[in-house]
Amino acid sequence: MMIYLPIAEVSVNAFLLLGLGGAVGVLSGMFGVGGGFLMTPLLFFIGIPPAVAVATEANQIVASSFSGVLAHLRRKTVDLRMGTVLLIGGLAGAALGVGVFNYLKSLGQVDLLVKLCYVLFLGIIGSLMFVESLNAIRKTKSGKPPARKKHNWIHGLPFKMRFRTSGLYISVIPPLIVGVLVGILAAIMGVGGGFIMVPAMIYLLGMPTKVVVGTSLFQIIFVTGFTTLLHATTNYTVDMVLAVLLLVGGVVGAQFGTVIGSKLKAEQLRILLAIMVLAVCGKLALDLLIQPSELYSVGVVEGH
Amino acid sequence: MRWLLLILTLIAAPMRAEEVVLGLSQDQVSISTNFDGSEITLYGAIKREEPIPSDEPLQVLVAISGPLEPVTVRRKDRRLGIWVNVDALSVSAAPSFYAIATSAPWSDVINEADDLRHTISIPRAIRSVGAWSQVAEPQSFIDALIRIRTDNGLYALKENAVELRDSTLFTTSIRMPANLTEGDYATRIFLTRGGKVVSKYETSIEVSKVGLERWLFNLSRQQPLVYGLLSLAIAIAAGWGASAAFRLMRTG
Repeated sequence: MMIYLPIAEVSVNAFLLLGLGGAVGVLSGMFGVGGGFLMTPLLFFIGIPPAVAVATEANQIVASSFSGVLAHLRRKTVDLRMGTVLLIGGLAGAALGVGVFNYLKSLGQVDLLVKLCYVLFLGIIGSLMFVESLNAIRKTKSGKPPARKKHNWIHGLPFKMRFRTSGLYISVIPPLIVGVLVGILAAIMGVGGGFIMVPAMIYLLGMPTKVVVGTSLFQIIFVTGFTTLLHATTNYTVDMVLAVLLLVGGVVGAQFGTVIGSKLKAEQLRILLAIMVLAVCGKLALDLLIQPSELYSVGVVEGH
Repeated sequence: MRWLLLILTLIAAPMRAEEVVLGLSQDQVSISTNFDGSEITLYGAIKREEPIPSDEPLQVLVAISGPLEPVTVRRKDRRLGIWVNVDALSVSAAPSFYAIATSAPWSDVINEADDLRHTISIPRAIRSVGAWSQVAEPQSFIDALIRIRTDNGLYALKENAVELRDSTLFTTSIRMPANLTEGDYATRIFLTRGGKVVSKYETSIEVSKVGLERWLFNLSRQQPLVYGLLSLAIAIAAGWGASAAFRLMRTG
């Protein structure tokens, strides 16, 4: 069944969109990430204009994160205080990101920026996670207890704050910076930033793994919600029909994914996520390195 | 010179005796939720006051043009090992859609001078003022624009696609793809003899979004904040709904 998307101004198969939403939803439920880093490139691939894909994906992430955070709130695995600090940084970052996005759109380099961001961040995060989870698997096999978190330079910073749910007493500066960076990425890449936020919370902030996913989802709702509003009011690129199709598939898939995820071990889950992240990164890097079959592209000038 | 022109016009005048009477299968294309392109059938007759001139065969040319819009054509090149957009050509006006159907091969239907005068062929329909000051080879950018839009089904030149019977009745159908821009689609029909335009008929087809598509599009442009908030409300409701539904399924 073909369906016409009023903002993207293209006609696509509705079942394809529901299927994509569902498949990415399963993965996001399994790994506790929004799945935006997979969905946005997939939307480019099926012919949705990049600007619409990025803005609409932000809207979809609001739905999947909200669905996820409700489950975490019931289990009391959301650090609301930490989430709020990350959120303050995140909103500032999102505003900055949409500004950068619009500036580069006028230069015609927005596709390049989006793709470079993907390659860079997916590459770094994927490799780090891969190495770390391999080590973790090796350590559990050899029977040694996992290394305890050490005091590092982060604990020397001022403006300390107590985060009870996470059992932390650290400066607010690192969470704020993490929030800003993830906010910028959310706006530019059309992702919630969970795949960066989750490792940053574990490795940089030293938060316990059980509260990380819920807290990340909590702040992602607000950052992507804000990003959606900014894109809707400045670029008019949020396609509601596209968003509804994706999120119907996504929220259903996410619930199944959560069930699958609870049956796997944490290390196995992390290594699978790392492989997936690296695969997406590799595909995008190849696209930049190999000569494209069509060197030219056509862009309609907006606002005439 | 002026006298010569006048004489030519007088000679040419009786040839206007051939006129087009046109019918369209639809003069309105409605983009609804399940819109998947449209096929427009044009049928017409040629009205004359005198017998059919027998010197040159009559040919029919149909051109449908979507609204003109400025576009930017960008070219990629390798910089530091990766393929990036390096230069761009701003085309002041290019039709968002352009389809031509003719009753014979192009060169038999119209000559260069009349093509230029009436801006009929696809390259003529694209206006690129000051192209030479922007890039070294503007023609390759224009060619790329035509190539890309032809691949997307937005531009088409269909030779021998107009069926002409007894130099009097003609019919053709033109396929419009799903990714149409809204607006008035100028529809022109030219009658030619020996490559010269002898008669011209113009009408328009209105392409517009309707129903839900229309409402959403208007809302997104006129009240973007309301539209954005509505999008968020739907997202939150869907997220909550799915979570609640699955909890019910698990407990019940």
